[in-house]
Amino acid sequence: MQSTKENTRIGFYVCHCGHNIAAMVDCADVAKYVKGLPNVVLSRDYKYMCSDPGQELIQKDIREYNLNRVVVASCSPLLHEHTFRSATAAGGLNPYYFHMVNIREHDSWVHTDRGEATAKAKALAHAAIDRVAFHKALETKTVKINPDALVVGGGIAGIHAAMTLANAGKKVYLVEREPSIGGHMAKFDKTFPTLDCAACILTPKMSEVGAHPNITLWSYSEVAQVDGYVGNYKVRVKRKPRYISEERCIGCMDCISQCVFKEPKFEDEFNEGLGKRKPVYIPFPQATPQIVVIDPNVCLNFKRAKGPDGTPIVSDKCKKTCVEACGDKNAIDFTQKEEIKEIEVGTIIVATGFKTFDSKRIPGYGYGIYKNVYTALEIERLVNASGPTGGEVILREGKNPDGSPKHPKSIGIIHCVGSRDKKTNIWCSRVCCMYSMKLAHLLKEHTDAEVYNFYIDIRAPGKGYEEFYNKLLDEGVHFIRGRVGEVTDWAMTPEEEGKLVIRVEDTLAGYVRRIPVDMVVLSSGLEPQADAQDVRRLFNMSCGTEGFFLERHPKLAPVNTFTDGIFIAGACQGPRDIPDTVAQAGAAAAEALVLIDKGYVEQEPNTAFILDEECSGCKSCVPLCPYSAILYDETRKKAHINEALCKGCGTCVGACPSGSIVQNLFEDEQIFSEIQGVLAYD
Amino acid sequence: MTKEWRPRIVAFFCNWCTYTAADLAGVSRMKYASNVRVIRLMCSGRVDPQFVLDALTRGADGVLIGGCHPGDCHYAEGNYKMLRRFQLLKRLLRDMGIEEERVRLEWISAAEGDKVKAVINEMTEQLMKLGPLGLPQRFEEWDKEVTRLEEEIRGDAAGAGCACAAKLQKPAAASKSEVAHV
Repeated sequence: MQSTKENTRIGFYVCHCGHNIAAMVDCADVAKYVKGLPNVVLSRDYKYMCSDPGQELIQKDIREYNLNRVVVASCSPLLHEHTFRSATAAGGLNPYYFHMVNIREHDSWVHTDRGEATAKAKALAHAAIDRVAFHKALETKTVKINPDALVVGGGIAGIHAAMTLANAGKKVYLVEREPSIGGHMAKFDKTFPTLDCAACILTPKMSEVGAHPNITLWSYSEVAQVDGYVGNYKVRVKRKPRYISEERCIGCMDCISQCVFKEPKFEDEFNEGLGKRKPVYIPFPQATPQIVVIDPNVCLNFKRAKGPDGTPIVSDKCKKTCVEACGDKNAIDFTQKEEIKEIEVGTIIVATGFKTFDSKRIPGYGYGIYKNVYTALEIERLVNASGPTGGEVILREGKNPDGSPKHPKSIGIIHCVGSRDKKTNIWCSRVCCMYSMKLAHLLKEHTDAEVYNFYIDIRAPGKGYEEFYNKLLDEGVHFIRGRVGEVTDWAMTPEEEGKLVIRVEDTLAGYVRRIPVDMVVLSSGLEPQADAQDVRRLFNMSCGTEGFFLERHPKLAPVNTFTDGIFIAGACQGPRDIPDTVAQAGAAAAEALVLIDKGYVEQEPNTAFILDEECSGCKSCVPLCPYSAILYDETRKKAHINEALCKGCGTCVGACPSGSIVQNLFEDEQIFSEIQGVLAYD
Repeated sequence: MTKEWRPRIVAFFCNWCTYTAADLAGVSRMKYASNVRVIRLMCSGRVDPQFVLDALTRGADGVLIGGCHPGDCHYAEGNYKMLRRFQLLKRLLRDMGIEEERVRLEWISAAEGDKVKAVINEMTEQLMKLGPLGLPQRFEEWDKEVTRLEEEIRGDAAGAGCACAAKLQKPAAASKSEVAHV
């Protein structure tokens, strides 16, 4: 209780936040009430406390009125605590003599009765006044930042973030789950609205990554474990065996042509199953790294034999023509095992991307039932010159009378598949309108077919996007406004025979239409990755309800997470297009660079320590600490907290039976006084 | 009291999940009952059972503790530690005759602003039904009772020697108030 003995002089400020607070809380009344509380020297209400004049007011008052405590009632401390602590420090006080009251997010914005909201503001302010008297001067801890960085995910977001960091001279580890980097963008044919070829703009960046002296590229690898804290993360990366020595493979691909399988037989993931590959393959011609990979699930040499842990093992059943073809390069290694690499990094950028909505979840649209229903991603591969058909748009089902493959003469593109729908995903996937129109343009260009777009609303907010929509209207692409009811092969008229019929209510014309087409394209929406929850736990991040990673603040900290030193970029945070993704990746890299170049980070001094004279040496606290920060000193028979390891959760404090552990900023007396304070005003 | 009685709830929210969720509820302009007073802690693991007892003793009608979902704790497992303590605390509260609905532990993630709203509204409704806990008033009554007994005993002792041992043990309420004061 020594702090109450000194002459406590509190300055209290209640912020109007324009109308945000003042509309629901009588700020002048709150200031008047607080003026009458003990130790309060000064109580003011002010329009914008966070503004420069607001902060200067605090500094001036500290000096003029000789204040030694400051309380501001305004928005959430998660938003402006730092601002006001700095102002307090600028006024010549220790910044931890400041306390903040949240009367916006927790009060004025959530209540509808001005009297009640004002009463609540008074109660919360009273608590802060009681509490702040017990505040102590604290020193901020600093932690060194390891300059190396980790980027997780090698799509366009990860590539751009890694390149930015590497070009700034930082060492970067880029970890990608697939055998090649490139992500979804590598599969696209053209990009909207400029229609530049995706591969032409992406693959040079990919090879730059592969060749960059500052980037360690680990493809076919996954992050297995993350320990540590900002500036000092210890990461274990699992490197899956590709049965090829990365050092010795030169990417000649002789092994692929000489494989005992003369013809590609197995579903090609990169081409969305539209093409075939061999057991030894390279995902696509410009894959980075240019290293082949052997799929043990289909390679004859493994013969699908499983080891005790379920992983495929070598059975040596094959002639191994690939090994012969490789010759003295000797790059094929059937004995390769999973390898764990341990690295230390200071910052991590998570750019794990998205998956597309599984269109089979809407059976009415016929995907998986009618062969000529495609997903948009399949069409991307189909119109792609390096795709399975060399860019020729041919139907999966149906042949011309002469036996040649059939080209579609009419195509229906259904927007919002798995988006803006309470039955599937309620969010707008943001990119589908634009990519649907891009595909409409490309399909028309490739086939000269009649193309129909079925849309709910056209969402084209972006540079040149609306212009692209207008261009398509000029090109004669049809737009029908209405959510499609179903896709069926049940013909009602002779024209509908042998076609897929799209049944839709044309909400502009005001009647239900049946449009027969040869090909249906489903513009499936974007979803979080299937393992987003695991990844989130791995990096100690939060997710929104829909499963995308949660940013620290939607406006002011869009690439930060709640864990310091871990940033997010790209569609893992929410659906976004390539320009936005690249911008965000750059922002994430910049945020990481701030930490790296500063070299240290200031940490909240909210760590715990032990009062030696009170500690009975019961050891209750020792097993509670998840960071093993508490050690038991056998000679002194006392517990001891290693401040460097303590992260300030306070779990040990709440459990100590003798009350001998103190958590800075959350001391028992501070919280008890807060409890007393919130209940003091009825 | 002329004003309609409203329960007073003291809430302990962890910084990373539930406090942030309450911020989200604010940013989303959700509307909920105004009788909750939030105290921010870094982790629900910091909640000392004494905080709960102290809040009730000082006139709270209910206490709400909010933490991250199991497996999501920012500090790995602080919420589990809270859960263990909470189980013990619940027993103690039951023995003290305090209704179970008055002290509540909820896992609310940073994205669940709507859950903050739902929980606070539901709890307020339940407490409205239960009525005031009024521990401070009860303590006063119990204190008066004890004083009266003391006087009675003193009077008896002065009059007819000490036949008061049985009477001293009678008021169980007196020992209860001691427990709650601890």
